[in-house]
Amino acid sequence: METVLAILCGILMAASVYLMLSRNLVKFLFGLMLNTSAANLLVFNSGGLTRGNPPFIAADGTPAYANMANSVPQALILTAIVISFALLACALVMAYRAYQDLGTVDTDCMRIAEPVAEHEGPPCRKGKVIA
Amino acid sequence: MNNLLVMPIVIPFSAAVLGMMFNKYKMARRGISLAGSLALLVVSTLIMLTVQRQGIFALQMGLWKAPFGITFVADHLTAIMVMLTSIIGLIGVVYSFADIDEARESFGYYSLLQVLVGGVCGAFLAGDLFNLYVWFELILISSFSLLILGGEKAQIDGAIKYIAINLVATLMFLCGIVLLYGITGTLNMADLHLKVKDVANTGLLTGIGVLFIMAFGIKSAVFPLYFWLPASYHTPPVIVSAIFSGLLTKVGIYAFMRVFTLIFTQDVAYTHNMLLIIAGFTMVSGVLGAAAHNEIRKILLFHIISQIGYLLMGVALFSPLAMVGSVYFLGHIIIVKTNLLLIGGIIKRNAATLELKLVGGYYKSAPILAIMFFVSAFSLAGFPPLSGFWAKFVLIKSSLIQGSFGIAATALAVGLMTAYSMTKIWGEAFWKPNPQEDDCSKQALSNQERYLMYGPVIGLTIMTVVMGIWAQPFLEMSNYAAQELFNPANYVKAVLGVMP
Repeated sequence: METVLAILCGILMAASVYLMLSRNLVKFLFGLMLNTSAANLLVFNSGGLTRGNPPFIAADGTPAYANMANSVPQALILTAIVISFALLACALVMAYRAYQDLGTVDTDCMRIAEPVAEHEGPPCRKGKVIA
Repeated sequence: MNNLLVMPIVIPFSAAVLGMMFNKYKMARRGISLAGSLALLVVSTLIMLTVQRQGIFALQMGLWKAPFGITFVADHLTAIMVMLTSIIGLIGVVYSFADIDEARESFGYYSLLQVLVGGVCGAFLAGDLFNLYVWFELILISSFSLLILGGEKAQIDGAIKYIAINLVATLMFLCGIVLLYGITGTLNMADLHLKVKDVANTGLLTGIGVLFIMAFGIKSAVFPLYFWLPASYHTPPVIVSAIFSGLLTKVGIYAFMRVFTLIFTQDVAYTHNMLLIIAGFTMVSGVLGAAAHNEIRKILLFHIISQIGYLLMGVALFSPLAMVGSVYFLGHIIIVKTNLLLIGGIIKRNAATLELKLVGGYYKSAPILAIMFFVSAFSLAGFPPLSGFWAKFVLIKSSLIQGSFGIAATALAVGLMTAYSMTKIWGEAFWKPNPQEDDCSKQALSNQERYLMYGPVIGLTIMTVVMGIWAQPFLEMSNYAAQELFNPANYVKAVLGVMP
């Protein structure tokens, strides 16, 4: 089961990198979402997957099951999901604001902070969306 | 006594919350922020004294024994860094009184600043990797908010690039952490130091180490991962740039120092050599970028990158002496770089621009400012007897002892190039007659603003002079920090309670 999830994780990561290399800010954000999912899956997978053996120990300290589930990744993944959710929400709002203010989602055309001469930059016009 | 360690988090966060509650009243939000920063300075001094008296000490949250709970640890390096953070925080607050406009203030500028300071302190104190990750995220979100506060178009543009690349960095960091957890089954750094020795497949560990290099590399803006820094740092008010340059990239360097002495030391020939090459390229590309620009703030921002190269060089040489240089360099660069940007802020207030061809004549119109700039700039370039000289001296000496002549030559050449950039600013902004002579008087500072802006600058300049002329105690403190990093037994004992 770990192997299957590891492969899935790899596929997600590869897809996310492909999307993040796009000049289109929206595609980049989708890539970021996939990347957080892949990272969260990796957290989930890192402690090993155990079915039906809850992480309880008896009162005398002996484990109730020989092959006990690991509960730490569950705690980690919860934290990671919450943090990545917050940051993604932030990034989404940011991207929308950028579209409103700068009139484009093509990152090559966002040259206000680092202006270039007209003939050096890419041909950009307002509202143009690169497919 | 160990509960002291939680105070660098509690104080800034309380100040942030209280500041938000009394945000309506101008004096209240300013007063709360100032009180918080002063309290943090007192606490960081206490932590420093405690570390010097009784050595490394740790706090286990809720008495969960390490390695199961969250641990805060203070050794010399942490104490130095928390101290510097509190100094920069205090100076930032005082300078902001004069530099930040009413609109930004009323949107909670001081609260965000306090959250940033608290997050940075947390990153320095964290004793386990996942906790470090959480602090990194907190620093990211608070710095991001400070970056866009004001909502100018350039700020939005810069912030997009800043948050995009830094989010990828934290995700890489997270992946590295959980892969390490998958192999060793622990997240506590002291415990990891013991557990990684038992890992049979060291190649796997080295691979994870490279993931960490990528993550921290983006955070600390090393070659070739630094492009987000010159794209975003010059957009907010100057004081925000100054605070960022003092605190943010240095957290990445701190993480390098901690992780690459405590955990990833299996294949030093590979990882640390890679770091050394990165360090060399970082120095050169940063200083060349600075040479290409003609705006004071952009020149100084590229110098952040080139100085990161020096800091990384000390980590990469992997010897106690080099680490002494690196720790001392951290203190030096935080103070000097922040100071130079603050001086830039005063010029910007006066001339409304930082373009070199539009400013000038400050040697005549503001001689005190000129002296402050002169001292700081030559400290940055590494002229004796200022602090930059000793920092570079120790680093280059250790590289020569270890036979790394290439990096020594690079460091010396980059020092010369730094002097070139500084003389460029000096010649244009200070010596050249003012090209917009009649505008100058219009934007003269009020008396109150003058005190608030000159006070921090003079304070920081005195610090760099003291660190240079009276270098011995500071170098000794750096030496303690380096010895602790290279003999982690005491660190492990303080955290886990047993000798390894």
